[in-house]
Amino acid sequence: MSLVKLEPRRQQSRAMAIAAPVIAVALTLFAGALLFTLLGHDGLAAVNEIFVKPLFNPYRWQDLLVKASPLVMIATGLAIGFRANVWNIGAEGQYVLGGLAGTGVALATLNMSGGWILPVMLVCGVLGGMVWAAIPALLKTKLGVNEILSSLMLNYVAIQLLYYLMRGPWKDPMGFNFPQTAMFSSDQTLPIVVPGTLIHLGIPLAFAIALTAFGVMTRTITGFQMQVEGLAPKAAAFGGFGAASTVWIAMLAGGGLAGLAGIVEASGPFGQMVPQFPTGYGYTAIIVAFLGRLNPLGIVVAGLVLALTYVGGESAQTTIGLPSAATGVFQAMMLFFLLATDILVRYRVVSGRSAPVAEPRSSSGEAKPGESKAVTA
Amino acid sequence: MNFDLLVAILMTIAGAATPLLIAGLGELVVEKSGVLNLGVEGMMLIGAVTGFAVATTTGYPVIGLVAAMLAAAAAALIFAFLVLTLMANQVATGLALTIFGTGVSALIGAPFVGITTPTLGLLFPHALTDTPLLRLIFGHSPLVYFSLILTVAVFWFLNRTRAGLILRAVGESDSAAHAIGYPVLLVRYLAVLFGGAMAGLAGCYYSLVLTPMWAERLTAGRGWIAIALVVFASWRPGRMLAGAYLFGLVITMELQAKAAGFNILAPEFLAALPYIATIVVLAVISAAKRGGTNAPACLGKPFRATA
Repeated sequence: MSLVKLEPRRQQSRAMAIAAPVIAVALTLFAGALLFTLLGHDGLAAVNEIFVKPLFNPYRWQDLLVKASPLVMIATGLAIGFRANVWNIGAEGQYVLGGLAGTGVALATLNMSGGWILPVMLVCGVLGGMVWAAIPALLKTKLGVNEILSSLMLNYVAIQLLYYLMRGPWKDPMGFNFPQTAMFSSDQTLPIVVPGTLIHLGIPLAFAIALTAFGVMTRTITGFQMQVEGLAPKAAAFGGFGAASTVWIAMLAGGGLAGLAGIVEASGPFGQMVPQFPTGYGYTAIIVAFLGRLNPLGIVVAGLVLALTYVGGESAQTTIGLPSAATGVFQAMMLFFLLATDILVRYRVVSGRSAPVAEPRSSSGEAKPGESKAVTA
Repeated sequence: MNFDLLVAILMTIAGAATPLLIAGLGELVVEKSGVLNLGVEGMMLIGAVTGFAVATTTGYPVIGLVAAMLAAAAAALIFAFLVLTLMANQVATGLALTIFGTGVSALIGAPFVGITTPTLGLLFPHALTDTPLLRLIFGHSPLVYFSLILTVAVFWFLNRTRAGLILRAVGESDSAAHAIGYPVLLVRYLAVLFGGAMAGLAGCYYSLVLTPMWAERLTAGRGWIAIALVVFASWRPGRMLAGAYLFGLVITMELQAKAAGFNILAPEFLAALPYIATIVVLAVISAAKRGGTNAPACLGKPFRATA
């Protein structure tokens, strides 16, 4: 007999659903300190530099918001799909295409002025991301192609398209042959909303999108249909809303928001298009979506936590010489620990040695003793 | 086109196909047991960096090879524990493994960027590789021959052995296999570890044979192509061989076109070609199989022992 048994819960634990990400972050700090100590760094200092110091440095808060906003936008879109079991892994490519589509508008309007230019860029960014996401959606709904593989492959294609445009057609003719576009004009750049800071229009936009998505998910029929499709496809079909429309909504929402994040980054922090534009936000946003429990409000918090790993990771490079790759390791550990602690949402851990005690069947949602099933853990 | 050039091209194809074949066969066995591990790319990177680091440090590429397999299998063990024991979502956990492998390999590999390493030599003596024809037969890396033997071995294991039958039973109907008394989780653990070791071997083929060097993200998405090849192969080892060499051809086209100064198509388009080809191939395969696939029935589903 094993020492520990897992007993299925009749209902998923809400308390654990909220506690699991917190436990996961705590375990990441602990295991991260240990891992980096083993690798010959000062592990405690690394954790302190990445996760603690930026929180107490008000100058860093705006950096956190700048990094969090694309993550929140992309993750909000991805979560819509993940809830419906549509696995869009192509956010990185959709982000690049959104940036490119908006950049195309910017380059075409370089000598024009007017308040209409920026909105057109943003709309085209959304459309660019949607078009890129429509490819896996079409292949999935018409031919049954697995969207995980097709959307992921398109990330690599998008990056090559970016390289091609930077090296050739879109290269700034006045740019000393550097593979990058001309700088965007002031009409093509996102306005700063808090004067004297880095806080651009994309940041309130990201939070507004998350709030809107929360409303759509919890208060509308479409949101309900999407969740039923993910949890019980047969019930969804019986209810008259099919798998194909779910795939389309999920992919277009994910692609559109990733595309928006792309053009927001291009017209905000970057101010032009460069080959270094893809920085992995599309992959990190997957972690944000899960850490935020696929809930837009949770995603806002998770976006800030992951932004911390970027901001803190950057400063740890200069202050204690931690390699830049450390950021990615911390991010992946967070997802690992979250997936591990997730079991507590669905199962209770009970001592395997004590004989099963007959509990009255109560409304607390626990399984009958006769139903308790042991697995080694 | 002269014979020398043809031989050179054929050998490049074999070189490009081999890591796809090794990693793909590993993933094929994993999926046959009913587990979907999307972490192949991450495990390959861990194998690539470990193989390189150990070969450089010890001076023996063979030790690097073994270390690469062990390191990638260790990474696979994390995955197995999460999805098998803790019943975590397999898609999410596989992605986590790829993100983890990308980060860890960059971390470990940082001191090794720009360093040369003792490479894994040829299997046969140079005397046997004097003419182009002999070179085509005897002039490959030992891993090329290994990948061909592995193809036969995996076919034989799955279709001709009792253990292979049990593995397939676990993948097709875990509850029935469990009811008969087969250790479902143990079989899956072993399959995942094998898949990890093969991904590690495929990864260090890049860092010790093909390139040979270490750079961040050295495998450049080839692990994902290996996963796609499993679908292409309909979970059959023989078709995996054909698929791997088809993609070896696509990758070789990029290399040869660059070498020949071919400039009708942009080099970026050629670099994107393997990924575009993967999508096209998946579309064709899926269209041909609409309605029924050969995928193991329990693929990607968690298993929990009942009674």
